[in-house]
Amino acid sequence: MKEKKVKKKKMSFLKKKRYIPLYLMMLPGLIYLIVNNYMPMAGLALAFKKVNYGIGLFKSPWCNLQNFNFLFHTSDAFLIFRNTILYNLTFIILGNLLGIFVAIGLDCIHNKFFKKFSQVIILIPYLLSTVIISYVVFAFLSGNNGFMNMTILPLFGIEPISWYNNAQYWPVILTIVYLWMTIGYSSILYYSTLIGIDKTYYEAATVDGSGIWSQIRYITLPSLRPTITTLVLLSVGRICYSDFGLFYQIPMNSGLLYSTTQTIDTYVYRGLLQLNDIGRSTAGGFLQSVLGFICVLAANAVILKIDKENSLF
Amino acid sequence: MTYSNKIFRFVMGFIMLLLVLACILPFLLLIASSFTSEVALAQNGYSFIPSDFSLKAYKYIWSVKENIFRAYGMSFLVTGIGTTISVVMTMLFAYPLSRKDLPGRKTLSFIVFFTMLFNGGFVPTYLVYTRIFNITDTIWALIAPYLLMNAFFVIMVRTYINSNVPNEVIEASMIDGSSEIHTLINIVAPLSKPIIGTIALMTSIAYWNNWTNGVYFIQTKRSLYGIQNYLNSILSNIAFLQTHSDPSIKITELPSVSIRMALAVIALLPILIAYPFFQKSFTKGITIGSVKG
Repeated sequence: MKEKKVKKKKMSFLKKKRYIPLYLMMLPGLIYLIVNNYMPMAGLALAFKKVNYGIGLFKSPWCNLQNFNFLFHTSDAFLIFRNTILYNLTFIILGNLLGIFVAIGLDCIHNKFFKKFSQVIILIPYLLSTVIISYVVFAFLSGNNGFMNMTILPLFGIEPISWYNNAQYWPVILTIVYLWMTIGYSSILYYSTLIGIDKTYYEAATVDGSGIWSQIRYITLPSLRPTITTLVLLSVGRICYSDFGLFYQIPMNSGLLYSTTQTIDTYVYRGLLQLNDIGRSTAGGFLQSVLGFICVLAANAVILKIDKENSLF
Repeated sequence: MTYSNKIFRFVMGFIMLLLVLACILPFLLLIASSFTSEVALAQNGYSFIPSDFSLKAYKYIWSVKENIFRAYGMSFLVTGIGTTISVVMTMLFAYPLSRKDLPGRKTLSFIVFFTMLFNGGFVPTYLVYTRIFNITDTIWALIAPYLLMNAFFVIMVRTYINSNVPNEVIEASMIDGSSEIHTLINIVAPLSKPIIGTIALMTSIAYWNNWTNGVYFIQTKRSLYGIQNYLNSILSNIAFLQTHSDPSIKITELPSVSIRMALAVIALLPILIAYPFFQKSFTKGITIGSVKG
């Protein structure tokens, strides 16, 4: 009896030995995941510490919820969460509507060259870095000689506007810039679903005398439904996150615009590296990570309910 | 044929034309301004047709070309090293994960997958890299954080190997006495060329466009700036001047409007010229990269 057990153990050890090269292959990636992902996760504990670089991160004293108290004693907390979530909701709704609209537009183009050409062109803003996009935006909005102030506004007899000093315009500006940057991306995603639809449906519908709107409503949209569900829920899962470049670089880090451009990501960055206010930064970041996690799980639970095949896990 | 209504197709076609223009014209504005003389720019602002054509901006840039060449060199270097390590690491990780007989496969998959659901966020990541690994002001600051291995790509490659490389082929090669690493190099990698190409392209675009790592982790050593960070530093100096009017920065030291625009054009052109060649794979990378691959 005992002998058998020993033999079995030996066998499984020999068997395991076969896999050592495979484990070795995974080692670099595993180390990277630990450094880049798992150590920072453990670092979330810093939100409950009074960080003092002088005595080191590990020895810094615990301070319970003090950092969170600091955060919620200012109006910052409300502002950054409001901005992040409202911008994301706007982006999700308008971005997907526009994406579907443009995908239908691409589908309508008969001319092969123009179809190909427009697919290529509308992806250009998505391909370029936010830095270059911010140069383009600056060319339009620059106070002294921007295209808006010098050419477009005079057409309507409006006085020049100092864009980078007035927060009230930025929700519109950032939404337009975001839509412009991502329209190619979302429409290509929807379009790749649209080309899979059997064209005979449309022909049959035409023969039956149904109009454009009923074709869109009863053929196009139902076939896009799984894509819409997945894309919307994926972005809902990321509703606490914002594109740092869009909210930091496009408004050129202008302090006068914070009331409408500050999001959790820019706040955390500025707190840590520009204001040296690490307490509030860690608290804000902690809330973002935890709420973000909850949102992903919730979004996935919803996908599981509606459409099992497209769930993340 | 989709939507036989001619009027509808015409209207949609027209809207698409407007959209295409909206995606090109802003860049043409940038290019046109870079060819306009400084005086004309100050008088008429940015415009699509240079009222006073001038090559002065480009002549000036040519006179300080060392800076731009260095920034370009850095961008190419970082993109090259980063993409190479990234693709190798991703393959090395994804191939064992694709082996259904590997003990602990589920746990390892979960370790990768969990990073997509939950992350520590900016502050802890920043502190780990700067306080524990001291990468500030080194080239690794531009390569390692965030970009080196994408969990999503690992899972994509694993799925690709599972469905495109038959198990029998791998087993046969093992029976022939080939080691795991040789099997990966000689059998699995050649059969996975399409997916390797896609992730290499997407990774190199991510490296090429990345400027946040430079902003976060390069504090004093500006010689490490790639082209994006170089452009960014110029623009943020100007922004700083506009809002603070700090007397310590002299306005004459900053590149004038047309020169700035010429710099942006120089940063923009290579990727625009290369774009038609990789456009197909880029579109493919987007469509498999977002909806489940």
